[in-house]
Amino acid sequence: MASHGIKNRVAIIGMGCTRFTEHWDKGLDDLLIDASDLAFRSAGVTKQDIDAYWFGTAQSAMSGIALARPLQLEGKPVTRVENYCATGSEALRQACYAVASGAYDSAMAIGAEKVKDSGMQGLNAFPVPNDGTSRTLTAAAMFSMVAPAYAQKYGVDRADLKRVLARIASKNHANGAKNPLAQFRKEMSVDQLCAMPAVAGDLSVFDCAGVADGAAAAIVVRAEDAHRYTDKPLYIKALSMVAGNGSGLMDPSYDYTTFPEIVQCAQDAYAQAGITDPRHELAMAEVHDCFTPTELVLMEDLGFCERGTAWSEINAGSFDLDGDLPVNPDGGLKSFGHPTGASGLRMMYEAWLQLRGEAPEERRISTYGKRHLALTHNLGGYPGEMVSFISILGTELD
Amino acid sequence: MTAKSTGPTKGILAWGTHLPYRRLDRSTIAAVAGTGGGKGMRTVASFDEDATTMGAEAARAAVGSVNGVSPGSIWFSTVAVPYLDKTNATTIHAVLRMSPDVAAYDAIGSVKSGVGALRAGLSGDAPALVVSSDLRSGLPGSGDEASGGDGAAALLLGSSTDGPLLAEFIGRGVATEEFLDRWRVPGDSRSKLWEERFGETRYAALAPAAWAAALAAATVQPGDIDHLIVTGTHDRANASVARSLGARTEALVDSLAATVGNTGTAHPALLLASALERATPQQIIALVVLADGVEVLLFRTTDALAAYAPLHTVAEQVAGGGSITYGRYLAWRGMLTVEPPRRPEPPRPSATASGRSRDWKFGFVGSVDGEGEIHMPPSRLDPERRAMAGAYGTIVTYTVDKLSYSLNPPVVFAVVDFDGGGRLPIELTDVDAAEVAIGARVEMTFRKLFTSDGVHNYFWKARPIRDGHADKGAN
Repeated sequence: MASHGIKNRVAIIGMGCTRFTEHWDKGLDDLLIDASDLAFRSAGVTKQDIDAYWFGTAQSAMSGIALARPLQLEGKPVTRVENYCATGSEALRQACYAVASGAYDSAMAIGAEKVKDSGMQGLNAFPVPNDGTSRTLTAAAMFSMVAPAYAQKYGVDRADLKRVLARIASKNHANGAKNPLAQFRKEMSVDQLCAMPAVAGDLSVFDCAGVADGAAAAIVVRAEDAHRYTDKPLYIKALSMVAGNGSGLMDPSYDYTTFPEIVQCAQDAYAQAGITDPRHELAMAEVHDCFTPTELVLMEDLGFCERGTAWSEINAGSFDLDGDLPVNPDGGLKSFGHPTGASGLRMMYEAWLQLRGEAPEERRISTYGKRHLALTHNLGGYPGEMVSFISILGTELD
Repeated sequence: MTAKSTGPTKGILAWGTHLPYRRLDRSTIAAVAGTGGGKGMRTVASFDEDATTMGAEAARAAVGSVNGVSPGSIWFSTVAVPYLDKTNATTIHAVLRMSPDVAAYDAIGSVKSGVGALRAGLSGDAPALVVSSDLRSGLPGSGDEASGGDGAAALLLGSSTDGPLLAEFIGRGVATEEFLDRWRVPGDSRSKLWEERFGETRYAALAPAAWAAALAAATVQPGDIDHLIVTGTHDRANASVARSLGARTEALVDSLAATVGNTGTAHPALLLASALERATPQQIIALVVLADGVEVLLFRTTDALAAYAPLHTVAEQVAGGGSITYGRYLAWRGMLTVEPPRRPEPPRPSATASGRSRDWKFGFVGSVDGEGEIHMPPSRLDPERRAMAGAYGTIVTYTVDKLSYSLNPPVVFAVVDFDGGGRLPIELTDVDAAEVAIGARVEMTFRKLFTSDGVHNYFWKARPIRDGHADKGAN
């Protein structure tokens, strides 16, 4: 029993991503047509050339028919995938395994979410009939418990930590402002962010991911076939996934300053990819900054810095666009927006642009040309009870 | 000594009470309503309490205060009925995790049903847990709004063969008559009253016969009464009947009008509990209930009373309590329609899922795995169950959620570590967000989370330990 991974066996040869925004004039079908069309054109293929489809959506539709109908696919296998907010990543993971197995020559992973038809702010979970005893707390409130726990454990003043969290949001706003596909394209200063009223714990609305409609897609083939489609494929170095069992919620030793599922997931991903020093081997990372304290803890859980140092590294600018290891150069969930089913693929889309030198000059990562690996991290759930996904992608077949 | 000298002596084996945490200062009413109000405080059931949850809390206190006595039946009385058709007493049965061979019945709808259930409980062949609970209110500015109170009391009744009686039932008297003093049609939010003098004269006319019958049955004189309770929904009749009975003035038991208000169906048992808390062994307590007639029940306390220590005494609960504004009281009572949360309304709980998880949902039972870790909700894979409802806990961390659906935002939510093991992230209640602190001590309380499609979603919350028993659970 082991996690072997599929390093260098599958490559992404085309990607597409819609703008993430309040698409009042577009439904799920429109978003799927737009994202898939961008991906087909990126790879220079048509829908007939794709052998199988994996369609990720958390709660905008059910079954593969919801993709086959708008795309008018004929006799294709289409699987609907759901894994909380890691749904888009999960679609890519399935597509890659299908190609790696030899079952298909090519596959598309597409993720989409139409969240702005509900008439309510925020994300609203699909109600499964239950006994009425499950928690109804918002994700914001669950993640808000991380900040005071972190401050207490590492002796950081609460007010200082609030500015650290605001700096995360400010960085992601600055990156998003340079991104025409991002939901929020406005820079926000630390002082502006600190002045926002709290809605959950110490968190303001500006500590939370943007809620947007959007879709993103990737086309994968066997690595040896990649150059038939593009000179610059992105090779799959690692695909790692852990579903927690919820024990963190019941474990009196859990202290809300780390996400154990992510630590396990990262170990597996780095082993698959052969990475020993992520801070210096990765060119960039897209991480699941659903709330600012999440990005804080992720820097440590993903091994980008030592325990208890993320707050000072963030203050030092280590994860800025021009920092040591740029994190969320596209603006992250914070300013790019978070259509749950699409976000995992959106992260890979930024890796696709950055590693291939296609990101615009003003948003280019400091490490471009010097390193050629990117990490995407996508989670779903809450502290104590989450799913974690990590991919590592690279431009070289080393 | 008993009313009928056949069979063993009947009486009270245990009692428990529940008074809601919130108190409305009656002097704040007139400023809003333009009229009404008065002096003192009344208790106010929380937005997440109803007659069943309050009754369940009182029943937990009664059953938890005595060892080894299990009732053969549960009786539940209220006018503020959570369900019709469906039995409410079965919810209390589930909270107490009673075995299926314990019966559960409602005796509901009229204020008199409480004392009626009490009488029935004293005549059964097995111990009876008699639970009475009520939420009293009227239109804004009304006398019923100001004088009413919310609360519950539970009495475990049985015979001397069931366990040590704390008070023996020594006599009763009854006078029943049809007359219209107060009334309410089903569904109405207020009661209506006939001219006060009419009811007062009817109660005054009926009391002597019932009183005399009870005294004769117990072979006692009015001057022998140590604690006289005269209670009913007619304040003037209560006062005039109390004066007419010939008992010593100092025997009259405080009606709790200034601190609690009149809890209607629950009030006879609540005042009986209050009197028992203060009584010493070998004293006589007279309970006179004026409700569409007159009911008199006489008890003599026993030596066992001295050793009885109820959880949450009436006195402790009266002394505690936190304020509520009149506006919020009106909103909780549905008298003031406030903007609902802009979140999807929760779906109704599934009857089948709730039935399968009965022990967890109603009984708050977790499980223990092979390594001693406690799982809440319980896991089917674990070898052992663990009752957690009585466990005390400590707040490890908490948050205040202004975004989540709530009938009383913001939601205060805490991660609680229980003494003896187990952790659960759970909503807090009976608390102001500003007073929550890491390290604070909490206890579990049975509440109603919301009502959807007419289904009351009952489950548990944690609340700060505020009264005298707090130290029992402290580390």
